[in-house]
Amino acid sequence: MNDREDAHAGGRVGIWLFISTEIILFGGLFLLYSMYRLKNPVDFHAGSLELNRVLGTLNTVILITCSLTVALGIAALERGRPKQSAWFVAATIACAFGFLIVKAFEWTAKFHHGLYPNAPVLLSLPKGENLFFGLYYMMTGLHGIHVLVGIGVLSVMLVRVLRGTITPGNPIYLVNSGLYWHLVDMIWIFLFPLFYLIT
Amino acid sequence: MDAHATREMPNAGPQGPGMRSYVLVWGALILLTATTVAVAGFNFQKIAIIVCLGIAAIKSTLVLFFFMHLRYERRLIIKLLMPIAIATLAIFIGLTFSDVITR
Repeated sequence: MNDREDAHAGGRVGIWLFISTEIILFGGLFLLYSMYRLKNPVDFHAGSLELNRVLGTLNTVILITCSLTVALGIAALERGRPKQSAWFVAATIACAFGFLIVKAFEWTAKFHHGLYPNAPVLLSLPKGENLFFGLYYMMTGLHGIHVLVGIGVLSVMLVRVLRGTITPGNPIYLVNSGLYWHLVDMIWIFLFPLFYLIT
Repeated sequence: MDAHATREMPNAGPQGPGMRSYVLVWGALILLTATTVAVAGFNFQKIAIIVCLGIAAIKSTLVLFFFMHLRYERRLIIKLLMPIAIATLAIFIGLTFSDVITR
């Protein structure tokens, strides 16, 4: 073990600690969802039927794909191909925008149907459906903020790879950004069945 | 195998699996997504919940082990962090469930 490897491992401990806290954060929301679902099975069933399964599946495929591209970006950098790495990171950012665009279409459609927090239409529906949509906006919204942050972080990494300040010998910033991005993917892997598939 | 080769080289060159393995993992993730959507389409109710969450667990394990390199991690502290977080969450969920369903 040399100093560089120790510093690299230290950076990894930091990001994994952060990932642990994120799992507890979203875990708390999952718990809330499960308990309310247990208490209001009929309303949650009605709520989940309102969601667009096709768009949900499309977004799942998009996120899995940009998890792949960021992993390939890191692998390319470690193999001494910064240019190829930059292309992969750029593709990841493009995919992240794609995810948000699909999400925007989805939310806009819901808003048109009066299904947003405190909307008269939603308030006229049973209490359980209000809980369902409250949790839907809270959880996918919080996840969406994570995607936005990911776009910012990955953009900085793209510039740094292009400028040559992230190199094959010192890839830790890109590696840690990648780990964060995989976490965002992993959270969606659970959000998807919870809201779109289980009816 | 690739994994053993990288394990013996502390910080020289690539840390994780090869690029082709990443594409294979991606293929597996897409297949599992197709499976979970298909199962949900059958309207099995209770079984669908278990199958969908089970598949989500398998998918996230694939992401953790391969994309996030947990399988190739040599530091014990990093290997332990995920099980600790998941165990903590399991305690939260288990205790809350046992409270709510026995009322």
